[in-house]
Amino acid sequence: MLQNLILNIDAGTIDWSRAQFALTAIYHWLFVPLTLGLAVIMGIAETKYYRTKDEFWKETAKFWQKLFGVNFAMGVATGIILEFEFGTNWSNYSWFVGDIFGAPLAIEGIVAFFMESTFVAVMYFGWKKVSAGFHLASTWLTGLGATISAWWILVANAWMQCPVGCEFNPDTMRNEMVSFAEVALSPFAVSKFCHTVTSSWIIGAIFCVGVSCWYLMKKRHTKLAIESIKIGAGVGLVAALLAGGTGHKSGMDVAEAQPMKLAAMEALYDGGTEQGLKLIEGIEVPYGLSIMATNDPKGYVPGINDLVNGYTTPDGKTEPSVEEKMERGKKAIEALAAYRKAKAEGADESIVNYQLSIINSNMQYFGYGYLKDKTDVIPPVAVNFWAFRVMVGVGCLFILFFAVILAVTYQWPKALFGKRDITALPAWHYWVAIALIPLAYIGSECGWLVAEFGRQPWTIQDMLPTWASVSDLQSSSVMITFFLFLILFSTMLAVEINILLKQIKKGPEV
Amino acid sequence: MTYTFLQHYWCFIVSLLGALLVFLLFVQGANSVARSLGVTEEGRRLVYNSTGRKWEFTFTTLVTFGGAFFASYPLFYSTSFGGAYWLWMIILFTFVLQAVSYEFQNKIGNFLGPKTFQFFLTLNGIIGPLLLGGAVATFFEGSNFIVDKANLVDAGAITPVISRWANASHGLDALLNPWVLVLGFAVVFLARVLGILYVMNNVDDEDIRSRGSVRLIGAAVPFLVLFVAYLVHVLLKDGYAYNAEGVIYMEPYKYLNNFLQMWYLLVILLIGVVLVLFGIGKTIFSKKYVCGIWPAGIGTVLTVLALLLSCAWNNTAYYPSTADLQSSLTMANSCSSEFTLRTMFYVSLLVPFVLAYIIYAWRAIDKKKITKEELQGDDHAY
Repeated sequence: MLQNLILNIDAGTIDWSRAQFALTAIYHWLFVPLTLGLAVIMGIAETKYYRTKDEFWKETAKFWQKLFGVNFAMGVATGIILEFEFGTNWSNYSWFVGDIFGAPLAIEGIVAFFMESTFVAVMYFGWKKVSAGFHLASTWLTGLGATISAWWILVANAWMQCPVGCEFNPDTMRNEMVSFAEVALSPFAVSKFCHTVTSSWIIGAIFCVGVSCWYLMKKRHTKLAIESIKIGAGVGLVAALLAGGTGHKSGMDVAEAQPMKLAAMEALYDGGTEQGLKLIEGIEVPYGLSIMATNDPKGYVPGINDLVNGYTTPDGKTEPSVEEKMERGKKAIEALAAYRKAKAEGADESIVNYQLSIINSNMQYFGYGYLKDKTDVIPPVAVNFWAFRVMVGVGCLFILFFAVILAVTYQWPKALFGKRDITALPAWHYWVAIALIPLAYIGSECGWLVAEFGRQPWTIQDMLPTWASVSDLQSSSVMITFFLFLILFSTMLAVEINILLKQIKKGPEV
Repeated sequence: MTYTFLQHYWCFIVSLLGALLVFLLFVQGANSVARSLGVTEEGRRLVYNSTGRKWEFTFTTLVTFGGAFFASYPLFYSTSFGGAYWLWMIILFTFVLQAVSYEFQNKIGNFLGPKTFQFFLTLNGIIGPLLLGGAVATFFEGSNFIVDKANLVDAGAITPVISRWANASHGLDALLNPWVLVLGFAVVFLARVLGILYVMNNVDDEDIRSRGSVRLIGAAVPFLVLFVAYLVHVLLKDGYAYNAEGVIYMEPYKYLNNFLQMWYLLVILLIGVVLVLFGIGKTIFSKKYVCGIWPAGIGTVLTVLALLLSCAWNNTAYYPSTADLQSSLTMANSCSSEFTLRTMFYVSLLVPFVLAYIIYAWRAIDKKKITKEELQGDDHAY
């Protein structure tokens, strides 16, 4: 009977709603990492001004703040759409888990957005109106506000990937929070935040280094370029190393909470112990995947077929097949309908309690009751496989890049880099740094592709698939808004890039 | 703290955010009259730079209003945003246009030209308040939706979606109700009144201040006519009440009864209205008085707060359904769990701290009024 219920949803509405959310999220993520990354760069530059009172540092800080401002506006604009799209396009989701999911969004507004919006105005318009100390604090608080905002958004996102701290209430027909600490401090959220923010610092750092290299190539603003490279490459190297470490922790979290995502990332169909990590198809690092997933070279990693058909780990843990989970999910849904009917009719308490016991014993597979076929649980494998490799590859490249550019800038170790002058390198060296800016964005977006494609078909892992989360809209309405946002965001992105390029060409006021 | 107290508390917080949002619409109001306040390019630039230092507060309050509504009344979030899709999408669309317009308009490299972004600011200045005011009016007039939580598990349901709009217009149907338009346009003119008062206070320019006094009359008169008409309409209309069992029914003069039974809301409403009238009147009749934004702004917050609470407290369905009376949303049937409301209560204790640093930073930036000379020497001026 549930099949009929699901088939009544317009497939176009689901697809266009997913496309619209993906579009907004991808555009939003073009601007946020630069905001988070540049916040650190401009904060360090202004701190140097505060400590030295050297006007050079003031102009350096103002230059990066100017570029920050152009980017910041687009991040704000795309961010508001994301928040409201949970209601406009995913209204069933908003009810089903709003009791838990709404809280981080509200806290983000109260704690982070106001901090960001208050102090960004002081940062831009307060140079001649507030003390140097207050201004410096405002600059850092702008970045801190953006970072706290990222924290709460990633808490919300992590909860969708690994729902914790909640219980289903059959009387209200929704999930309700039972532990705020479990939601707000979920290890999944902590790893996600650390990995996302450190990878954002890489974007800010490569942007700073790339722009500075362009000045060196043009023999303009040399002092600003060298000093900015020192800051950018230093921040970048630390961030890239941290991103590697936090990425490993994220991988372990995914293996625990979303094994299907990990299997898709590796295109691993038949798993087992001592699994190697594929660099590309046919070349692998022995034991790599087992270490990545379990910190143990002999660790067991299930493949896609194992997860679909069920498996038993070497230590005896058994995971049911998807078909069994679907059956149990349907039992939970049907028992929920019977429970509500029994309560409405004032049935005997024993009947109500019987239905309740069926609901409770099958609730962990509730979402599976909405699946049409066992293969629905398999996310797009090719996208996950390649996006993961691009993300990791780009991350590794940046560790090397920032280490080399720091070595060249400081001419250390002397034996290797003593004769290289950062201001007099062949032009192609600078072009490499400039070309790495878009590559960093590609790597960063690929990270999100893995995170979001990998959890399909779930809006909330194991709890609610996308087709039971969507709003009751005509697909044509969502299609129209999709194209409106596509045109709007693309046009604004083009304007922003052009303004950034002109601002960079114009350079700082030194 | 009982569950009922927490429901009332969060209704108050959301209403306060809504009231602050209406006050902060002075940004939109000023932008919509920027061309008549500043007739020269230099004059318009003063107006845009004045509102440009505050637009993020309006934006942030809108986001926080949405987030707080989501956290405390998720069924409203689900029903209104998912149902009145087009109404909310148009509002969001214009706010996106506004967000980038300040930063982009006068920057080198803006290949769309400054006038494009100034048009966006004007568009947002009119459409934003109009539709937000219209959305507020639906709290009194009702909307065309059906809620059935059993859809999630009921094989006989059309879809598993629990909230559905009962017509295909997805929110635009609200604009066919003339009373929705009356309140919508009242908010447009209120935003203009507040915008003019704000710019007169924030910009140290004789031309703009003298022109502002005249423009203020043109905005205040239609605002007062529309507002009084809507207030009388609300006080005389039947309202959506519910009894102890949660059954919703129509009650004659419900909102009038609410104000009489909750006399403190009536007092707040009257103080608010008097403050708004004082701010407008003194600015019009006293040539040297430029602080009208403060009494009018505080008055706006108090008036809107009282109106919003009157449509939710005292057993009133705050989001009534015209398609199915029993689908109407009340504080009790649409709120979050007691645990979540209690947790969020503790978070809300941070609000005074947030307000304190906003006021401190605002004063620090605004203690010296904006002048043409300042803009010439400011490399970040819009």
